[in-house]
Amino acid sequence: MRRRAALVAVTAMTMVLSGCLGQPQNADTARNADAKEVTLTITGNAVAGGKNSAKAAWMTDWVIPRFVEEQKRKGVTATVRFDGNGAGDEDYKTKIALDLKTGGGADIMAIDGIWIGEFAGGKQIKSLDEIVGRSKVDAWEGWKQIPQAVQSVGVFENQRYGVPDGTDGRVLFYNKKLFAQAGLPADWQPRSWDELLSAGEALKRLPGVTPIQLNAGTAMGEATTMQGLLPLLAGTGKPLLTNGKWQGATSNLKDVLGLYQRVYGGGGLGDPLLQQEAKGRDKSFAQFAEHKIGILMESDYLWRAVLEPTKGAVKMADRDSSVGWAMIPAQRPGSGVRGQDFVSMSGGALNLINSNTKYPAQAWEFLQFMNSADAVKARLGGAAQITQRTDVNNEVLAGDPMLSFVAQKVLPLTEYRPGVANYTRVSSALQQATADVVSGKTAQDALNAYQEALKKIVGENEIVSG
Amino acid sequence: MGFVAPALLLIAVFLIFPALWTIYIGLTNYELTGPNAVAPQLVGIDNFVNALNDALFQNSLWLTALFVLGSAVIGQNILGFVLAWTLRKAKPGLRRTVESLVLLAWILPSTVVAYLWFAVLDRDGGTLNSLLGSEGTAWLVEYPMLSLIVFNTWRGTAFSMLLYSSALAAVPPSQLETARVVGASGWQTVRDIVFPHIRGHVLTNTLLISLWTANDFSPFLLTAGGPNHASETLPVFIYRQALEGGQLGYASAISLLLLLANLVVAAVYLWLLRRKS
Repeated sequence: MRRRAALVAVTAMTMVLSGCLGQPQNADTARNADAKEVTLTITGNAVAGGKNSAKAAWMTDWVIPRFVEEQKRKGVTATVRFDGNGAGDEDYKTKIALDLKTGGGADIMAIDGIWIGEFAGGKQIKSLDEIVGRSKVDAWEGWKQIPQAVQSVGVFENQRYGVPDGTDGRVLFYNKKLFAQAGLPADWQPRSWDELLSAGEALKRLPGVTPIQLNAGTAMGEATTMQGLLPLLAGTGKPLLTNGKWQGATSNLKDVLGLYQRVYGGGGLGDPLLQQEAKGRDKSFAQFAEHKIGILMESDYLWRAVLEPTKGAVKMADRDSSVGWAMIPAQRPGSGVRGQDFVSMSGGALNLINSNTKYPAQAWEFLQFMNSADAVKARLGGAAQITQRTDVNNEVLAGDPMLSFVAQKVLPLTEYRPGVANYTRVSSALQQATADVVSGKTAQDALNAYQEALKKIVGENEIVSG
Repeated sequence: MGFVAPALLLIAVFLIFPALWTIYIGLTNYELTGPNAVAPQLVGIDNFVNALNDALFQNSLWLTALFVLGSAVIGQNILGFVLAWTLRKAKPGLRRTVESLVLLAWILPSTVVAYLWFAVLDRDGGTLNSLLGSEGTAWLVEYPMLSLIVFNTWRGTAFSMLLYSSALAAVPPSQLETARVVGASGWQTVRDIVFPHIRGHVLTNTLLISLWTANDFSPFLLTAGGPNHASETLPVFIYRQALEGGQLGYASAISLLLLLANLVVAAVYLWLLRRKS
């Protein structure tokens, strides 16, 4: 009898619990719109004195004081706080996901555009239309300044989730001083993977220099996929996802993993240990700045936020004279996606409004304010970046040869990642495949393991192989 | 009955409820993000079956066993006993200094300690490489488990040392004196006089440090489970599945398996303890 009572209790508890997974949502767009006391918290992966410190400083020193001032004139007392983070992108994402899951978190959050699919699928974020109200969102003049390609960074299933923060492109950065020592041209532009590798062979003769840094392994997280595997895959002519089918064990992916094997498989072209270290990516930046890496595939982020001589995370005093850049070549001329000779990948971050916010109207005001032309110009503070606003870009990019190169040459031929919920898990499986190659497996073994992992993620019917 | 009610309530809220919750989530495909975060479905024992067939889980189980055996059962136990035994007759000043240093390793926060060990083991300019002249050896990448075992032995020896120090005080001095008079060697004394007296302490100590080590999360701070899963003990595996991979259901199922493994280990020790008495 007692045992049965216990069983009933456990069953009842389980049924109660099952109602608890998931969370209720507040849906009124006009809540607290007339409040005289407003509190807003803004978060992003930027922190004073650390990662993206320029952005953190801009938030606390420019945007927030001016916004508070503006609200004061309207008779509203606004208390706005910037909640900084200086973590790896994956850890930051985990924090945001947990914040959203528990019904808390900052009112405005910066996230990577590629996370929208997952968060929206999990109903952790809502579109601006749902939170703020469609007419209010449409009324913002700023949308006209944001090019369609950049707007798409913040769009999922035809819904706008936030205001994008700009975009970027991937290129091959190279060290001109090392190139000169190795007898390579100062205006280098490889036209195939073979030319990339032969430049690596030439650099190998320099003592203490790692010829090529091609991000690999799981420790580098998304940087492995975005700045390594995907641009190479685009160079074989086939994107990761076409017509709803993911690339499994295809010959294209095998070629890409084969290139990883040539770089890391004992030929001395790359440093396999660095790919496996917990802080490998940061170290690759430092080594590049110290003239110890010949060629590094990275986003323009490296140029403007890392090596930047005055405000960068790893300041490189002679950046302007030592660092060269080239487009990423397809496997062979013409073998890239759409028959291109060169390829790239782009992404971008966006700022969105947390649907748990108490002050949706004011959060939207803040979002418009921080994306105004004045605010965006202030963020650059004289430096250049491909921002979300065409009016600002026209003014600032002319002064920076690297970023004009990205805007003019790279963005027209770039690719975007598939914005679907499964992408991040497929991305992890791809990272694992490169990790396998770096730690000594053959490209074929890594490919087979990836195919198995992919089956578990998306199901056998959504894979193309061969 | 009434006066234990508050205690029972606390146990229910903080122990039984989370355990049941873990079991329940372990039976679903609950995820951190995506559609399964909103409407998780019961998948029965699928998670457990998948775990037992998952090469990464088997890898973690093996690494956890290695970690416990190397750093707790052998490392902390033996080092702790040797310290307690040799310090027994040392000058009070020396004894206190050594004990404080060992204790310091135990009481410092994990993040601080992890940072210090990074500085020691780092590939570029790490202290160990400078001392050994082994320039360019990435200890945490090339010898991840060995590094973790040495680290955890260093970190956790204090408890064993303290426990054995007080246990040794319970060994009757007259017996030790007799052993000395009849010319027993140090090892013979330990084996025939000391060990029978402290056997219960050895078992209790080994049980506690085994369980702590099996559930220890500090390896994550040093290697994050890497390179390529080579140091991914179960707690790290669970964390990575749950929070980095978002597979909350799967990770809960594995948490339960870890709990069961702990119970098995505890049961074996308790059986050994009871057999002794």
